[in-house]
Amino acid sequence: MNVSHEWLKAFVPHTLGAEQVRDLLTAHVATVEGFERLRADLASFVVARVVETEKVPDTKLSFNKVDDGSGTLLEVVCGAPNVTLGAMYPFARSGTMMPAGFRIEKKKIRGFTSNGMLCSARELGLGEEHDGILELQTNAAPGTSLLSVLPIGDVRLVVDVLPNRPDLLSHIGVAREVSALTSVPMRSALDAMLPADADGAAAGRAVVVGEAQRHATQGASGGATVRRDDPDGCPQYLGAVIRGITVAPSPQWLRERVEAAGVRSINNVVDVTNVVLHGLGQPMHAFDLGTLADQTVVIRRARAGETLKTLDGVERALTPEMTMIADAQRSIAVAGVMGGQESEVTDTTTDLFLEVAYFDPQRTRQTRRALGLSTDASYRFERGIDPQGLETAMRTAIALMVAVAGGRLDGNIMATGAAPAAMTDVSLRAARVAKVLGASVSSVEIRQYLEGVGFGVRGPGIGGRVEVGDGDEDEEFLVSAPSWRRDVSRDVDLIEEVARLHGYDRLPDTIEAYRPTTVPDHPLHVTGRRVRDALVAAGLCEVRPMPFVKGDDASHWRVTNPLAEDEPHLRTSVLQSLASRAEYNLTRMTGDIRVFEVGSVFLGKGLAHGVGTGTVDEEVRVGVLLMGARHPRHFADGASPAIDAWDAKGLAERLARAAFPGAPIAVEAGEDPALWSIGASGRMVGTVCRVSLDAPVWASPAFGIEITLGAMPVAPVAAPGASGHAGVRPAVALPPVPVRYAALPTTPAAEFDLALLVPDDLPAGDVERVLRTSGGEMLERLELFDEFRGAGIPDGMRSLAWRLTFRHPERTLRDKEIDGRRSQLLKSLENQLGVKPRTA
Amino acid sequence: MTLDDFKSAAESLRTDGPPQIAAAATLDAWTDVRNALVGRTSGRLSELMTALGTLPKEDRRDAGQLANAVKQELEALLEAHHVELARAQQLGPAIDRSMPGRATWQGTVHPVSLVIDEVIEIFRELGFTIALGPEAEHAWYNFGALNFPTDHPAMDMHDTLYLDDLVLRTHTSPVQVRTLQQYPPPIRILAPGNVYRRDFFDPSHAPMFAQIEGLVVDEGITFADLKATLTRFANRFFGATKTRFRPSYFPFTEPSAEMDVQCGVCKGSGCPVCKQSGWVEILGSGMVHPAVLENAGLDSERYTGWAFGMGPARTALARHGIPDIRILYDADVRFLEQFAR
Ligand SMILES: [Zn+2]
Repeated sequence: MNVSHEWLKAFVPHTLGAEQVRDLLTAHVATVEGFERLRADLASFVVARVVETEKVPDTKLSFNKVDDGSGTLLEVVCGAPNVTLGAMYPFARSGTMMPAGFRIEKKKIRGFTSNGMLCSARELGLGEEHDGILELQTNAAPGTSLLSVLPIGDVRLVVDVLPNRPDLLSHIGVAREVSALTSVPMRSALDAMLPADADGAAAGRAVVVGEAQRHATQGASGGATVRRDDPDGCPQYLGAVIRGITVAPSPQWLRERVEAAGVRSINNVVDVTNVVLHGLGQPMHAFDLGTLADQTVVIRRARAGETLKTLDGVERALTPEMTMIADAQRSIAVAGVMGGQESEVTDTTTDLFLEVAYFDPQRTRQTRRALGLSTDASYRFERGIDPQGLETAMRTAIALMVAVAGGRLDGNIMATGAAPAAMTDVSLRAARVAKVLGASVSSVEIRQYLEGVGFGVRGPGIGGRVEVGDGDEDEEFLVSAPSWRRDVSRDVDLIEEVARLHGYDRLPDTIEAYRPTTVPDHPLHVTGRRVRDALVAAGLCEVRPMPFVKGDDASHWRVTNPLAEDEPHLRTSVLQSLASRAEYNLTRMTGDIRVFEVGSVFLGKGLAHGVGTGTVDEEVRVGVLLMGARHPRHFADGASPAIDAWDAKGLAERLARAAFPGAPIAVEAGEDPALWSIGASGRMVGTVCRVSLDAPVWASPAFGIEITLGAMPVAPVAAPGASGHAGVRPAVALPPVPVRYAALPTTPAAEFDLALLVPDDLPAGDVERVLRTSGGEMLERLELFDEFRGAGIPDGMRSLAWRLTFRHPERTLRDKEIDGRRSQLLKSLENQLGVKPRTA
Repeated sequence: MTLDDFKSAAESLRTDGPPQIAAAATLDAWTDVRNALVGRTSGRLSELMTALGTLPKEDRRDAGQLANAVKQELEALLEAHHVELARAQQLGPAIDRSMPGRATWQGTVHPVSLVIDEVIEIFRELGFTIALGPEAEHAWYNFGALNFPTDHPAMDMHDTLYLDDLVLRTHTSPVQVRTLQQYPPPIRILAPGNVYRRDFFDPSHAPMFAQIEGLVVDEGITFADLKATLTRFANRFFGATKTRFRPSYFPFTEPSAEMDVQCGVCKGSGCPVCKQSGWVEILGSGMVHPAVLENAGLDSERYTGWAFGMGPARTALARHGIPDIRILYDADVRFLEQFAR
């Protein structure tokens, strides 16, 4: 909402500066997020005194010497007839940009150099006066900034009005707050809206508007008829006829007001409707009465298939859900949203039909959404205008219209329907105010704050006004909200009023003792943090990419209204996001990529395929993508080898241990396309895989790890309005199982190596299993340290070498025992697997 | 061999030995020198000892003493030189110490997570624990339970992405209601997580972003607690700074307040960063609306509470001088590696 500082002062004649108003509104009402000086284009103009002047014969020109405070008198040629010796004028030095968009240049005229320009009001954009230059009544020294001398340079305050306070979408609404905060009384709407010194102000004020003619659904006056066929969409509708107007450009004061509100000035009639909207918060419309069939206005639903060309020139398709303004034949405006082109006021319009209405907020909202057309009017109707403010707005509009466009009111105001019922009174206890704010605000203050912004406050008892006492904590008030405050329905709404008007900064901020929470840390937060720490320690970078992917409808949940049609689905795997991020890095020539994310995936789609549940099953997972050099390059080592599958497997084991501390981890050959599956406590929790990327030839292979950390179920905790913890004590997490100390050996170990010929299709893991079982309890360690294929090794075989470490807990092992164990192992391998030692 | 011959041989060993020992530059060379000088079988000393047996008996005592003295001198020198060589070997060859050390890959935490971590750390000291909730959420938890009026302009601030009969949560506030339904007061929780809005990517908007929510509910919780706790947080998070609270609106809190901290760039005098206001908006907050407590099955007369929510991405952009929010999502490794600690 754009608020003009000057216009605000017309409503409430306070003496604060614009900065003070900004701070006051931000602290107590709504944030002022913009502060714009409207005549910043005049910032470089100064005042200058004419110290010599000489008429040029047979021309309008005069040669002048001007003191602009610079210390040197400047020669200036002027074409105005009213240059007066010793007078002060607005002065543009050469180089100054004029409001009209051209620059003042130094130039020679008839052998006389002109070093700038003495300006008229019109040249400064201050009015239409162009008979001569603008003589200033000022004692300021030459060289003083023009803006500090002239009472121009309004300030526009841009107020961030939130959806609960539509009353602030108007100058009158903001003025009410300023009035309450400064204790300066408001002026009447007409006084504030029609400056007493404006041309035609007297005529406007002289219009006699009788009592409005009230009807349920149909009324007629001034030759026009109003029929309200859609009472739901339009609970109340006011019309009036003005005949004999002259459409013309707006006078300066009116143009300044609409422009201060951020609206382009169109003509006097349209500007009046806009000034009523921004001044009083009441959207209104002026129809060219001459274009209305039978001079009739009907408020009805749109007919099926009906269309209307709106003021913006767009042909709109209408539906019967929309409320329209129509004449006897066709729709002429979309109610509460935008007028139609055919009934638009033009230069030749002489008779007007003025509309001031209350349109249903939800109906307006649905219509403007359906049309994709938001206007200043629809914005206010859907938030709710002041239902009691219609008649004031109409009376003000009539006076303004007559003042600026002439004409006369024909007949009377026709009013059909009635304002929606007032809000129910709310009871407020002083004790409750203290309980919420942590500060006791006296009953007197509470009443003062509420009454200041228009609330009615009654003491105990019904009906009668009882004097409200002070300091009684049990005091209970009955509060009725003003018609423009339909956001107030509970005591807490009033407590907010008290708090903000009292001032948040004046409320205490003492820190109090607190009781400990009953809520344990969510296990997935704890796990996620542990996993993240492990991966960062392993040299990986955390990423937080988008979860949107291009999937297929059979297996992926599709966002109903996706942002981008090329990525309409939610991912079913973290690696989907990581792969696209890896490709992004590859296009930027980065090939060493080690990234991870802890994030949600969305499963359960694909019931038909037997894999889904038909509901969204959200899981929190960790995904890892690795590719490129295993280590940063160092001169002593040469190029680092590329990350391979063994890096991925090793990291997967480490990751699984971090994710499931204490659980037995098994990383075993997985089903295609996975390389390995990851098990924790016998449950499959993840996979290791190769990741296929759209990658350049220089890129090394990519590997992925993905582990499910846990489910994040969407199931409700309890029914709406119900609690899920009645009588249930919060579970306390068990302490972690501590690591068990293993006694350090006191006896020496014995080691030997076994190099075995193992067929390619026999997993090394099978060999290890035999080694472990046959190795017995004294086998302390089993380490695969070599794989070799080639010379001396038969085709289809490989040599695998293990180092075995044996230890007896109490004594040194004898060589004989070791040799015996070795032969026994070889025998078991031969018998169970047919595996022989590698000879030679 | 005469005694004189013996003496001159011993003296020449005494003279030759030390320079040879000193010349041994490696442990191997040292072994060779030792063997050549005092080796048990083939060294020059053992030759002397053999010759000692050939001397006349009366000369042997003197000769023996001399040989022993030479032996002790040489062995002492050998021992000392060995220590020196061994130390030198341990140090290894001389290196060019201006050359770089061997690096390892540096893992990093995402800048948005860094902010979340820091917020959590500060609130942990004030007794908060961490609660989480689903990103695919029921509309009731996301809107209805939080007192959003249906089909109202308040919804326009939450342009929603829908997922069949669910929504992608537009804020972390649904976790408030889930937590209140699951656990009895006292409640002091933080709820970090990703939220979604139907906002197109631009330098300052993203369709998904992180939020962190806080909730306190118990008997006797007041707006004074809210102000005190959040001010304390701001002082810890931004360093000693001024804060201000100004009226705001959220359907699920009342009174609602926006908290600003004094602009760190201009110290309050106004600059482009703070849009000339001298203040930077940090978080939204307010007293929990009684309707929210009632929707979670709590007695709103007995319990009061406060809540806040903030966007760590915006803080991350500001504190690191990142000009465009999209950089946070790109996962450019060159960007991520800048956050190595
Ligand atoms: Zn600043």
